Amino acid sequence: MTDVPYQALLARSAREVASAIATGDLPPHAALDATLAAAQHAQVGPEGLNAVLWTDAEGPAADLAALTLHPDLPLAGIPVAIKDNIATHRMPTTCGSRILEGYVSPFEATVISRLRGAGAVLPMKTNMDEFAMGSSTENSAWGMTKHPLDRTRVPGGSSGGSAAVVAAGVTRIALGSETGGSVRQPAAFCGIVGVKPTYGRVSRHGLVAFASSLDQVGVFGQSVDDAALGLQVIAGVDALDSTTVHVPVADYRAGANDDRAQPLAGVVVGRPTEYFPTSLDPRMRTLLDRAADRLRSLGAEVRDVSLPHTELAIPVYYIVAPAEASSNLARYDGVRYGLRVEGNDGLRGMYEATRSQGFGPEVTRRILLGTYVLSAGYYDAYYKRAMAVRRLITDDFTRVFASGVHVLLTPTTPTTAFVAGSRSDPYEMYMSDIFTATANLAGVPAMSQPIGRIDGLPVGGQLLASHFDEATMLRVAYALERALGAEAHT
Amino acid sequence: MSVSENDVRHVATLARLGLDDGRVQALVGELNGILAHMDVLQQVDIGGASLDPDATHGLRMRDDVPSPIPLARDREAFAPSMRDGFFLVPRLATHGTAGAADDEGEG
Repeated sequence: MTDVPYQALLARSAREVASAIATGDLPPHAALDATLAAAQHAQVGPEGLNAVLWTDAEGPAADLAALTLHPDLPLAGIPVAIKDNIATHRMPTTCGSRILEGYVSPFEATVISRLRGAGAVLPMKTNMDEFAMGSSTENSAWGMTKHPLDRTRVPGGSSGGSAAVVAAGVTRIALGSETGGSVRQPAAFCGIVGVKPTYGRVSRHGLVAFASSLDQVGVFGQSVDDAALGLQVIAGVDALDSTTVHVPVADYRAGANDDRAQPLAGVVVGRPTEYFPTSLDPRMRTLLDRAADRLRSLGAEVRDVSLPHTELAIPVYYIVAPAEASSNLARYDGVRYGLRVEGNDGLRGMYEATRSQGFGPEVTRRILLGTYVLSAGYYDAYYKRAMAVRRLITDDFTRVFASGVHVLLTPTTPTTAFVAGSRSDPYEMYMSDIFTATANLAGVPAMSQPIGRIDGLPVGGQLLASHFDEATMLRVAYALERALGAEAHT
Repeated sequence: MSVSENDVRHVATLARLGLDDGRVQALVGELNGILAHMDVLQQVDIGGASLDPDATHGLRMRDDVPSPIPLARDREAFAPSMRDGFFLVPRLATHGTAGAADDEGEG
């Protein structure tokens, strides 16, 4: 590919470009122009990847015109792509669903306000599995998103549009959302970095609710530094989200310029044996072994640990998340939002006609599953028991981190990106989240970063840390990224 | 435990979802297939697991006063129809005269 000016600019980190814009070395619109050129080249719209659903030309132009440049503006002029379930008031927010077709929020999410306050511009909303229910971005009412490296494959999901946009080199940073791995899994499939913060670290105000005890806004970056920068801007307490927590936000970039030979001296990395089953692809195991070797060479101690309830995470997740979704999605009734279909039986008929025509098959399946596990006679057997086992999963993490382990290293996914349409059995699709759902159930921070490739397809390595210790997780990620160098993408 | 067609129809009613017969039959198989994987939870010893909320970090109490969400534009700008400060929604066929010319906006 011929290197053209926009590619040269997008090859620089978001931090570097923002700094150049903030100090006047680059014009304010430089990064936006580069992103728009790259979007056209990469065919991110329906004609190509189908990663972008909605675009906005006037908003970014107005934001740039109003931008008061100063050196401390961390995202000056940086375009950030936004998942379609985060409320923006200049573009639709449809959650990939026909039931919200044309809906434009009258308010914007706290994370959107913070991005714009930091100087970012928001030129596009990205495709997703309907209401974030899926692991492939095949479940969107607006068509599936394709993998940037192989258009016969899926980019992962549910934040597949944001992952594809970043992987295609269109933006350096994008926002997604996580309920069971919806940032880390597509990040792994697409060969980029994806961070899920601690539950309570980032405001959910304006993130359309799927499963409220699990949902978090997450950040994609082309590099660890891009993701760390995005997280730095959106993290922190918000009066509009009572589940955000008053824990100071650390400097997530602390590990960025640590050139010591052994920057991880004193850091203990745990390898949970349950995440390395005998069925794991040996090539994936080899890449994880290489990552562990690099961490050792950086001074870390790597030891095997056990999280014995890991195999229960998917059964627990697929009870808890649908249960919460069945309640959260009750609001889409044809009266308050979007689609309204008149039925044959008065008010009830209108509700049923609207919801059955507005929701796709996977959302319908999960609403029914969630309603079933909460219904009389089944609540104790399913929901109550799942919540008890969820506590056991959380206790596993608490015990391991209390034993002196600082971060955990695991594969992010059991496979690389799979071929579109190849997983028709719902539970087989759900198993895509087997290594990621635990972090959402326990509320701990976790991230995926590229650690190599199998047959040309990216493989993600997952790091997890204790509650609110994103700083240590990112410090390890920076060091691993630097140690792997080009190996992370070969 | 296995899900029957009646179970699917019952929860569909609770969830306000209209399903045709073919979809009901398909969902019986799909839900039973999924729930079969949940049975493993019945074997877990949960004796030591607490269901109390984790109060490690606590939730801060705030004053019990309404705090308006800052809107990007006035309510009138995004509401389909308003009168006297109230949102108007379409009249339902079961309320009043269905099909009247002024049907819209009498909710």
